[in-house]
Amino acid sequence: MESLSIVNVIIVLTIFFVSLGIAAYETYFERVVAAYIQDRVGPDYAGPYGLLQPLADAFKMFFKEDFMPAKADKLLFVMGPGLALFTALLTSAVIPFGDSLIIGGKEYLVQGIEVNIGILWVFGIVALGVYGILIGGWASNNKYSLYGAIRAASSNISYELAMGMAIIAIIMTSESLSVRAIVEQQHGINWNVFYQPMGFLIFLTCAFAECNRTPFDLPESENELVAGYHTEYSSMKLGSYLFAEYLNMFVTSAVISCLYFGGFNYPGMDWVHATLVGLAGETAGHNIATFVGLGAFFTKIFFFIFLFMWVRWTVPRFRYDQLMNLGWKGLIPLAVVNMVITAAAQLSGSPLIGGYIGLAIFLIVFVLLWPLTKPKSRML
Amino acid sequence: MFSLSSIQWAFYILAILTLFGGLGTIMSKNPIHSVLYLILTFFSLSAHYILMNAQFLAVVNIIVYAGAIMVLFLFVIMFLNMKEQEANELKKNSTIIAASIVGGTIGIILVAMFRQVQTQPTNPNFYDSQIGMIESLGKFLYKDYILPFELVSILFLVAMVGAVMLGSKAKGERDF
Amino acid sequence: MQLTDRSKKTDKRELNLIERTYLPGLATGLGITIKHFFSKKATIRYPEQKRYLGPVFRGHHILKRDDQGRERCTACGLCAVACPAEAISMVAGERQKGEEHMYREEKYAAQYEVNMLRCIFCGLCEEACPKEAIYLRHDKFVPVFTSRDQVIYGKDQLVEDMKDRYNRDAWTKEDMEQMWVKQRIANGV
Repeated sequence: MESLSIVNVIIVLTIFFVSLGIAAYETYFERVVAAYIQDRVGPDYAGPYGLLQPLADAFKMFFKEDFMPAKADKLLFVMGPGLALFTALLTSAVIPFGDSLIIGGKEYLVQGIEVNIGILWVFGIVALGVYGILIGGWASNNKYSLYGAIRAASSNISYELAMGMAIIAIIMTSESLSVRAIVEQQHGINWNVFYQPMGFLIFLTCAFAECNRTPFDLPESENELVAGYHTEYSSMKLGSYLFAEYLNMFVTSAVISCLYFGGFNYPGMDWVHATLVGLAGETAGHNIATFVGLGAFFTKIFFFIFLFMWVRWTVPRFRYDQLMNLGWKGLIPLAVVNMVITAAAQLSGSPLIGGYIGLAIFLIVFVLLWPLTKPKSRML
Repeated sequence: MFSLSSIQWAFYILAILTLFGGLGTIMSKNPIHSVLYLILTFFSLSAHYILMNAQFLAVVNIIVYAGAIMVLFLFVIMFLNMKEQEANELKKNSTIIAASIVGGTIGIILVAMFRQVQTQPTNPNFYDSQIGMIESLGKFLYKDYILPFELVSILFLVAMVGAVMLGSKAKGERDF
Repeated sequence: MQLTDRSKKTDKRELNLIERTYLPGLATGLGITIKHFFSKKATIRYPEQKRYLGPVFRGHHILKRDDQGRERCTACGLCAVACPAEAISMVAGERQKGEEHMYREEKYAAQYEVNMLRCIFCGLCEEACPKEAIYLRHDKFVPVFTSRDQVIYGKDQLVEDMKDRYNRDAWTKEDMEQMWVKQRIANGV
């Protein structure tokens, strides 16, 4: 295979380690954001500004007692956290982090692997993410863990449907399943969020649910289920579960940025590219422009990671029936409506205006029909 | 033997993995383990699809079977508290005799079939490597096979309505 | 019967359409938290930075000396009587010739012990003392002890060091009020 070169290997390894590093520092920023929102200062003893806190946490996790329940299924108990981590890491393979680098006259994409089914790959791996929780919860041989696992499975399945339909609307506008094609189609500030604001809200809500983050963190709701699926876990096995959650958060933020906020595109990118090429020459200018795009992409990712944390420390947890009602009676019908609006707007010739007209018509009809529905049968 | 190409190595490793998963599915005593072996089998089947350049099929197999259906399977089996007794029923003499007769017959049929059938090797000169890609698949589905495709979707709709009918509560029935 | 004038009626009306989407409520909540995100933090970094506890805080006991460095305590035992936890015990001694620079009056406390496990830091000893000898310091805690033989504080730990005399920021109620006023002016309130 001639396409696999040392540069590709370096890019893949960089993506791997960068996602690990970001996930590690998410644990630190989670605590800092939580502290700031609660008028505290957060961890600041380990290193300058507490920046070595993730390291200290990892050391603590490794040196804690690794307890295994006597009646646990030994193999599956160990496999659970491993699977969670594995599936969390798989997704970043298809995310286009940047445009391309020109090294030695050859063009290399800043992406793990460019496939024509990228978004389906993301969707499939997200669907698998629940196995780690499910297996770990069952193998613990503890009723609370099992409840947590079951909740994780059912909420994941419920929200996958709405998420999938939101993605279908995206695929309609971009006419490709490749994540890179979806990103490149949102050139400049031609972002999908302006075409499908409702689709974005649906996708964002589902992303929260798929990551098991508050307000949808019912699998580990500590006031009902002790700690949910990781009740019996300790030491680095628990650490792996938590780490997988933060990895998922990073990857989900990246996917949201790619699908709705244009990935590495930013307003005025053509001008920046042309200026840099004029200043530094064809190759170097292009490479620097790629790095600027990379910066734009990571800014978006960090914003969404912050949003995840911000929401976590603002919104209280849903009740289980509210979660199911929101998913099945609220988001799935909305996602279908979004799909129809997007399809009609695509066919109308001007997707932007058509989309907003469709949305307005839907809202008017909905508001008019609302008093006619019975309170019991309403969503939520 | 050791002069296999990398594709062939991948194929043999995946084939062994698939068979291992399949055997594990029927041979493990714990139903949860069975389901997990089945998931392994689905994964290696998906890898086979990728080897055949059918990426769409591979991913859909993962999403639908490994992602959704198997989660539901696992979901239900975790609720069932399987006892050892039920597994022991399979050890009865009559079951073993019946199973060996059926297995033997299938074996004979398979042997006979493989001796009769001669597979046509694909001509590498005319082979279109893009045939399993999603673009060509979409064109086939929405051009040549539009009628069966729509019929299948109506079938799905009917099944969905049926499922909702089965799942809906009768009037006055309690929630839980 | 109304117990408090701050009670609020729970709003149990059904949510209207806009409230049902959760979006306005969500936006309000996010606004409140982001406001707190940028607000001044209330944290005092404790071991490095200590908060002023006020001139009336009751901490470590101290047996005061007078201006010439003589012990004020006459071992009258009123503090021991006043002590509700019976933490104080003492042995009286008679002042010998040549000891006038050490003890103010003819009788003095040869031993004076406070059992810190019993002491509840109520300050009644301070109030009972007719000689203004025992005080509870406002600026020093009794440190943590790890074994029983560290619990009983003798004269070596209690008597005032003349090189590092203890002075309260405010001795009377009026002093204290003045002090608060000064602090308020300094804080610009």
